[in-house]
Amino acid sequence: MTSSAVRSPAHRAAGAPGRRTLLTSAGLVVLLAVFAIFPLVYSNPLATTYGFDALIFIAAASAWNIFSGYSGYLSLGHAVFFGSGMYTVAIGAQDWHLTGDAVFALLPLAAVVAAAIAVPVGLVALRVRRHTFVVITIAIFFIFQLMAFNFSFTGGTSGIDAPILNWAPGTYNDPFYYLAMVIAAVTLALSGLIRRSRFGLHLRAIRDDEDRARSLGVRPMRVKLGALVVSALITGLVGGLWYYFIGAVHPQSAFDPLFDLQLALMGFFGGLGTVFGPALGALILEPAQQWLTVQFTNDYLSEILLGAVFLLVILFLPRGVIPTLGERITAWRSRSRDRSVSETTADGGAAPEAAPPDLTAPGTSAGAPASRTAGRREGTPS
Amino acid sequence: MAHQIYPAIADGILGGGVYALMAVGLTLIFGVLDIINVAQGILVIVGGYLSYVLSVHLHIDLFLGLLITIPAMFVLGLVIHTAVIRPLRGSERTSMSLLACFAVAIILEGALYWIFGPNVVTLKASYINSSFALGGFYINDIYVYCFILALVLVAAIYLLLYRSRFGRGVRATMQDATAARLIGIDVNRVAAITFGIGVAVTAAGGMAYGATSGGFNPNSGYDLISRLLAIIILGGLGSIGGALVAAVFMITVESLVDIWSPNWAIVVFYAALVIVLTVRPSGLFGRKAVRAQ
Repeated sequence: MTSSAVRSPAHRAAGAPGRRTLLTSAGLVVLLAVFAIFPLVYSNPLATTYGFDALIFIAAASAWNIFSGYSGYLSLGHAVFFGSGMYTVAIGAQDWHLTGDAVFALLPLAAVVAAAIAVPVGLVALRVRRHTFVVITIAIFFIFQLMAFNFSFTGGTSGIDAPILNWAPGTYNDPFYYLAMVIAAVTLALSGLIRRSRFGLHLRAIRDDEDRARSLGVRPMRVKLGALVVSALITGLVGGLWYYFIGAVHPQSAFDPLFDLQLALMGFFGGLGTVFGPALGALILEPAQQWLTVQFTNDYLSEILLGAVFLLVILFLPRGVIPTLGERITAWRSRSRDRSVSETTADGGAAPEAAPPDLTAPGTSAGAPASRTAGRREGTPS
Repeated sequence: MAHQIYPAIADGILGGGVYALMAVGLTLIFGVLDIINVAQGILVIVGGYLSYVLSVHLHIDLFLGLLITIPAMFVLGLVIHTAVIRPLRGSERTSMSLLACFAVAIILEGALYWIFGPNVVTLKASYINSSFALGGFYINDIYVYCFILALVLVAAIYLLLYRSRFGRGVRATMQDATAARLIGIDVNRVAAITFGIGVAVTAAGGMAYGATSGGFNPNSGYDLISRLLAIIILGGLGSIGGALVAAVFMITVESLVDIWSPNWAIVVFYAALVIVLTVRPSGLFGRKAVRAQ
């Protein structure tokens, strides 16, 4: 069972190169075009702000998923990397007296610093598993928040203001928007590549059973740390960009526990460990939350609603939108295939996909085993 | 220097008792249900606000009010368990339950902000600002009262666990839930009541926290839960004795560092956690099995 689960993505990639891949890539191109055209159609700064927010969270949630979704190690401390990115750019621009567009040259530095921070964080936190890991990520998160409050080079409670950009107010958001779009697209592509690669296979083997993966030759520490560094790299980059857009950095906004929770919520909502799930979650939840905050002009109510939506997702859609939909489609397809097979081989005994006759004994539902095996073979869509 | 160190140690031990009470609830829930109730921090604050409402609006004494708030928080615990924890099933149950508790915490925090606003409130009573002299330095009465309260409640939980039929069921479930079910223990009932007890102690914890910390607001939940998590992980998840020792140890260390630099005291707290876990991943008194899972 484990071997079939491990083999399935490669098997699928080799077996169905035709219609499905073509459809998916065509859909992605259309989606990218829609995102590219969006600011031209809705040039209202409020609309592009929503779009930018969504793109930032698409990138951040997908980056979170590359580590937490694929490896199964839930991180509630990704704000460490986000905030480090923000502070890197802020301190760099301040100390080197950068102004105007030149500050964007610091974005790669934000990514590198976040990735460098991920190495010691990972070496400490990844020694433990499950609950303890989650708690360690929370503890490390609080250490960083307190450091931002207490060190002098972070500006303490008052934070650091960003250099002012002399851009036209009407199109001020557009460069941010397109930069975020490129980052989001690259992150999604990277996420897809990792999932299909040997590295991604190792990650998911660790998620399923770390001890067995180790005995099969996977080096868990190296693989987990690699995923964390990649994830931190993107999160730091996104944080740097976010800093310019917001125009200031404070300890509370850079290291925000709600940010951690939002990433996890988006991941779970869309489907943990799928390529497009977290992006879908971000695309739905982030604008919805912004809209609710504006609509009710009440931060507390939107906080309550965020918690309530989270709770409902966990209780009723525990595996996320994409896996649940994928299962439904697979079940529906196999049912219709069963029907056509049993029609053509009217007297030819049991159809290959149907349950063996001995399982249709009283007490065992006939449909369940068939759909479950079908789900296991073709489920877990990417 | 000595005139600062001894009071700091006394404060640490007395304050540690209060944290021990809250941490015991948390580690008990973990032991029986295999979940970490990250809402514990905000539940303590809910308990604090309940005491606040009773004392300000109904003029009920803080300690007397516990007779109302402890059962109220017990019921709230049962409700959370029934509505949120119990429906979770499947292999992802543990990580899901952690996130579900986080969601509960967010909802409660938002609700508290909505009702009480972000202003810091303080609990008031005649004995809160009085103190007595002991060997050349002063100790606040309220610290001693809260320490005694914590001792009484921890002792009550101990008796419940080790001297009652229900406690035997709880300990059996902590050791092996499947085996406990097989010998006829109603594991679901044990889980629900344990969750209720774990949440009920937050009523006393919230009152003690509000009376000793000099004020709280809905945001204080984060501060509390991060300390409590550090304590139970340091003590070893599921170990009640470990939670008691770790609580007193950590709060004393924090109190001592506080003499030198108040801003960095809490960082030392987390740094101690990270260092201990790097050396001993299962915590000071943890069972090996916790890590192997």
